[in-house]
Amino acid sequence: MNAPLRRVGVVVMILFGLLFANLNWIQAYKADEYRNSDYNGRVQVAEYERKRGNIEVGGTAVALSKETSGKLKFQRSYPGGAMYAHVLGYKPVNLGDTGIERLENDFLAGTSDQLIANRIKDMFTGDQTGGGNVLLTLSKRAQETAYKQLNDNQVGARRGAAIAIDPRTGAVQALVSMPSFDPNPLASHDTNEATAEYNKLDKDKDRPLANRALAETLPPGSTFKIVVAAAALENGVTQQTEIPAGSSYTPPTSGQPIRNAAPSICPEAQVTLREAVTDSCNTGFAQLGVRLGADKIKEKARQFGFEQDDLSVGESGEKGGLPVAASRTGEMTAPGGGTDPAALAQSSIGQRDVRMTPLQGALIAATVANGGSQMRPYLVKQLLGPDRTTVYDAAKPRELRQPVSGQVAGDLRDMMVNVVKEGTGRKAAIEGYTVGGKTGTAQSGPNTPDHGWFIGFALDKNGTPVSAVCVELEQAGSGGSAEAARIGGRIMAAAIAEGR
Amino acid sequence: MTAAAAPAASPASTGEQPGVRLARSRRNAELSLLLLAMVLVAAYAATVEANVLDTVTPDFWIPAAALGLVFLGLHLVIRWLAPFADPALLPAVALLNGIGVGFLRRYDLAKAAPEQRESLAIFAGTGGRQLAWTLGAVILAAALLAIMRDHRSLSRYAYTLGLAGIVLVMIPAVLPGRFSEINGAKLWIRLGGFSIQPGEFAKLALLAFFAYYLVRKREVLSLASRRVLGVDFPRGRDLGPVLVVWLISLLVLVFEKDLGTSLLYFGMFVVTLYIATERVSWLLIGLILFFGGAYLAYVLGSTVGGPFANFYDRAQIWLDPFAEPYDRGYQLVQGLLTLGTGGLFGAGPGGGQPTLLPEVQTDFIFAGIGEEIGLFGLSALLVVYLLIVERGLRAALAVRDSFGKLLAGGLAFTLGLQVFVIVGGISKLIPLTGQTTPFLSAGGSSLMANWLLIAVLLRVSDGARRPVTGGGGPAARPSGGPPEQLHGAPTEVIRP
Repeated sequence: MNAPLRRVGVVVMILFGLLFANLNWIQAYKADEYRNSDYNGRVQVAEYERKRGNIEVGGTAVALSKETSGKLKFQRSYPGGAMYAHVLGYKPVNLGDTGIERLENDFLAGTSDQLIANRIKDMFTGDQTGGGNVLLTLSKRAQETAYKQLNDNQVGARRGAAIAIDPRTGAVQALVSMPSFDPNPLASHDTNEATAEYNKLDKDKDRPLANRALAETLPPGSTFKIVVAAAALENGVTQQTEIPAGSSYTPPTSGQPIRNAAPSICPEAQVTLREAVTDSCNTGFAQLGVRLGADKIKEKARQFGFEQDDLSVGESGEKGGLPVAASRTGEMTAPGGGTDPAALAQSSIGQRDVRMTPLQGALIAATVANGGSQMRPYLVKQLLGPDRTTVYDAAKPRELRQPVSGQVAGDLRDMMVNVVKEGTGRKAAIEGYTVGGKTGTAQSGPNTPDHGWFIGFALDKNGTPVSAVCVELEQAGSGGSAEAARIGGRIMAAAIAEGR
Repeated sequence: MTAAAAPAASPASTGEQPGVRLARSRRNAELSLLLLAMVLVAAYAATVEANVLDTVTPDFWIPAAALGLVFLGLHLVIRWLAPFADPALLPAVALLNGIGVGFLRRYDLAKAAPEQRESLAIFAGTGGRQLAWTLGAVILAAALLAIMRDHRSLSRYAYTLGLAGIVLVMIPAVLPGRFSEINGAKLWIRLGGFSIQPGEFAKLALLAFFAYYLVRKREVLSLASRRVLGVDFPRGRDLGPVLVVWLISLLVLVFEKDLGTSLLYFGMFVVTLYIATERVSWLLIGLILFFGGAYLAYVLGSTVGGPFANFYDRAQIWLDPFAEPYDRGYQLVQGLLTLGTGGLFGAGPGGGQPTLLPEVQTDFIFAGIGEEIGLFGLSALLVVYLLIVERGLRAALAVRDSFGKLLAGGLAFTLGLQVFVIVGGISKLIPLTGQTTPFLSAGGSSLMANWLLIAVLLRVSDGARRPVTGGGGPAARPSGGPPEQLHGAPTEVIRP
């Protein structure tokens, strides 16, 4: 029996040798892969060892970390709840992070290259310095106003967006997407709860997670007429040039007549461009567009920022940020490249395949207010070190492009001011300020209510632009654009009040 | 040992010259090794506290000292009742047991809220319970040493033990799921808040029966054979009991949904059969039967499902755990990540995150420990296991009677196989099955059964190393019983 016993001894040695070899495979060869695996909760535990920095708006923390007794040492919380959700995003334990939390993750977590001095210091002192702080450009009052006014809109719209920017710099003053969501449950350390909440939001048919202000496009309706007007002004038309109008216009190749929003609007055969803008004359702009041709309108729209698909809103530099969807003009020509007056006519009043983000609308208004210079929009004002004294990155406003000359911008500004003074945008007026704007009503479908739009700007007594805004109320129906104008005025007034 | 069957196994190789070389009891060596083991356990506890609490409390040594006292008691019992027992067994097992208790206390600390950690009672939680179980298990082992003064007396109860073993194996399979099922495996008897794993004890009882049965039958099994393709195969009628055990292990596989236990029983049986008969054909038959059965269960699981589905699932997880990392593969994936995080040197005792690993106190304790002591530490633990197994096999080599050889050899191999099954399972070498890691995992059944196993090995090694001419030696005892007759009797073999 001893020979087999010895062989059994050898077999056990071989079995243990296999275990040893396999442990070598796992703990030596695969160790790095397993240690840094996405499924490895320790990666996150390590991330939660250091206190994450604040995200602040006007001196108030809107995202902050509190110490807990759990295995993840800090709990992220968002005191503003749903109000700042689409800007801040969220930093969940088990899901992907979004928004500024994602953009500035390295700085907030304290792992960015900029903060290496702190980490080296920590190595010697044994302390754990927290992450850096991110200060946003948002105006607290403008953001609150935008959030409340949008959600309490008087036309019962359930979806929409509002964005306000400083025309001189591109700094975003307010950014709200409706409906919003509370990011706090998503940051719960109970990952089941967080996942359940995420799934609930993800399945909601109103898509609260979507950032409508930046990443969703809708037909812009009459707000697009500013682009057509800019193209016209550059092609020999002035404010006082008489253009053909009328109560109805049927493009040469199509039986569908284009009408005005009300019979009282430009029934005359001829109106001036100024009157056409003030009253939002569809027949006038349809014929103007057909006269100008697709190329000129598309080129002008492109110069205003349409078709740009790599814009993002974050830091003032090119670092990346919250993704912005490209606004599109669509094809205004017949298949094969021939002219298609019907498509051109409908596109000229912001219908057919024209699609615009609220950000693009605000940029158009801001460009007009800023003398034709379009500034790059940004959200991060400053990166502030963990010690709250060292400033790492202060925003440097940069011009994005120059869509129109100063003179054309001046003409557009005059006409838009007239819209608020005596046209469709009267509700946007602000006491003591010169407000200009353009309303828009866009058909959303054969049997659904129209979208309401307003793009506008405010100038102070010296003619200096202080705020530009775009409000969009999805499927708001009748009165939507007037309500959008009212909300736009309130947001700009709040931004002005805080800036004063 | 029969010259007719195996001429090579001469008396010289059987006895290992016991009277000359092994006359010293080496009890003092055992005591000093035991002290060394307890010092290691205390150092482990201190490191854990330094890492988890940032300070070493004045009480850190208490669990190690309590364990030390318990083991010291067993050492004294061995001095008195089995003075020639192998001196390496007790310290090696004590070290594993101590590390197990230390890690479980470390796990309690990790689960407790930070502000309660420093005041966490020493005898509370899983760690404290494991300490109590250790005391119980060691008392049981000492009792076995006291009752069983000669391992051959065990053979008198062989059939009783065999029957008890089968009943113990079958109870969880027969019981309704709510009394026997935990995490999908029906291995338990649950009464109130209390649960025992009868299979842990069954393996001891069954092995004692196998050893007895095979000693009786070994001549027939090894000699009556038919030659096919150059390999001697046994006669059909002699295959009967083997097939019965094979069926039982497959039933365990199917109805208790546990591949590990099934592999354990079958491997145990085949290896004792091989040791008894010295026939490679038995190993071949056994391996073919087991892998054939497992493959059949896999195929049936994928097509028929039903009771085979669980096995099919486990095989799927084993083949690609990362396919469903948050679902079915979660445990195994987390086990692998935990081991990988440990790397070569580990995070240091107390430096890991055991709470992230499910079942870290039982099935996955080896991975949990591995995160903190790394590849080097785990290799050391494997060496300690290997040492225990090889010392057990050595006792089997040295003991003079066939029953003792089979008993010690089978038990030692079973222990090694169990370590292989669970450690291989959590490290994705073989499909994962719920087995306890001997002496480390939390749980009284496993601890008691394995300490009983060690007591038997101690008893056999005592018999093996006891000087033959000592007068009171087991060989000289008049009341030897059947095994001794077998041992001494000439064997008559008639080839058909």
